[in-house]
Amino acid sequence: MSVVKLDGLVALLEGFPALTGVDLTVNAGEIVFVKGPNGAGKTTLLHLCAGLIQPKDGTGSILGHDLSSERTEIRKRVGLLSHSSGLYRDLTVLENITFWTQIAGVEQSEIDSRIVWALERMELGSKLQNQKVRSLSVGQKRRTSLAVFIVRRPDLWLMDEPHAGLDQEGRQIVDDLIEESVGAGATVIVASHDFERVANLSTRIVTLSGGAVLDADREGNR
Amino acid sequence: MKRLFADIRLITSKDLKIELRSRVLINQVAPFALIILVLFGIALDADQKSLRNFASGLFWISVLLCALMAISRSMTIERDDEALVGLNLSGVDPLAIFLGKTCAIAIQLLILEIFLGVGIILLYRSEVEDFWLLVSTGLFACIAVSALGTIFGFLASGLGVRETLLPILLLPLLLPVLIGATRAFDDALGVAAINGWNWFAFVAGLTVILTTVGAGANYLLADN
Repeated sequence: MSVVKLDGLVALLEGFPALTGVDLTVNAGEIVFVKGPNGAGKTTLLHLCAGLIQPKDGTGSILGHDLSSERTEIRKRVGLLSHSSGLYRDLTVLENITFWTQIAGVEQSEIDSRIVWALERMELGSKLQNQKVRSLSVGQKRRTSLAVFIVRRPDLWLMDEPHAGLDQEGRQIVDDLIEESVGAGATVIVASHDFERVANLSTRIVTLSGGAVLDADREGNR
Repeated sequence: MKRLFADIRLITSKDLKIELRSRVLINQVAPFALIILVLFGIALDADQKSLRNFASGLFWISVLLCALMAISRSMTIERDDEALVGLNLSGVDPLAIFLGKTCAIAIQLLILEIFLGVGIILLYRSEVEDFWLLVSTGLFACIAVSALGTIFGFLASGLGVRETLLPILLLPLLLPVLIGATRAFDDALGVAAINGWNWFAFVAGLTVILTTVGAGANYLLADN
């Protein structure tokens, strides 16, 4: 079953074509590594798959929902880890994770257990939990963003440079999370410049250049 | 519907918590409001009677200028680190985002209005003749300003020129609120022989219209 199906997708950014006719199919349970030079359209592709960008031309579906008309449904089921932290600087780590868990509509009975799980998984200790995001290091912010990301348990993981800013231990946690998510039934698309690391994780490598897919059939090392 | 109200409450309390932590209202907006009142007094070089006559207009101009700061700040919270993208991805109804942020701004403006109200009584020696007219007008007008400000705040901040664009977009549209609220206050402060409750009805009508228009335009928040 295809989780992502894009046919001749064109997307504009500030009026300029960032994706110029993307054809891509991603099946359930795959870990797809999207690589390409700066400006190739990797981030735009992830934002498009998250339902954040209205396609200009072409057709597409994400998790069975039409990319043009059902973007709200898509947004509820995907997770996007982007370059920005997506956190509120004047709230603490715990307040941020609690807010994002509640606003995602997680069942009341599950909220506490999910938060504890995410905090433990990202190794955010009790001292760190009560610190304002403003005072965190880049790596600690990234761990908090990852905790917010995993606490929603999305069906499609869209990760833009997920290892950026993390130490060796943090990078390993990300790798483990990706492996575990696929085991739990999710599908993962990772955009990264860390070729060796992500190629070893992925089942398939997609090369983007100039807003189009150059190669979508290269096998990953997993 | 239950989810909508829960999300509104979450967003409002989150914004107020952030304001309490950052203390922008207390440390920046309130002193700014006080400075405006003092500067108006000095610039007009007026005696107490003239200041009392102008107090309503000066009060509402001060509220609008301070509202610009509060609205801009409210948008910055969502734009810094792209938290708004997270809200949209959470499947939150854009209407909840609009109403949640409008409530938070309105609560801050109400606090500011109380502060400014005390200011005009102390500095301009204004006297309150109709307390309930004052309170009712203050409440409705601040909701109108917050509702329209939220929508235009998001539009302006999405274009990346919020500091300069927001006043140009917002202030002309708020002119009817300014006129209605000023006239109602004139009566409440006993400086004009008019029926202030008629002007309050005008402000209340505008509030309903502006809040409805803002709620109807909430989809702009999802794609902005």
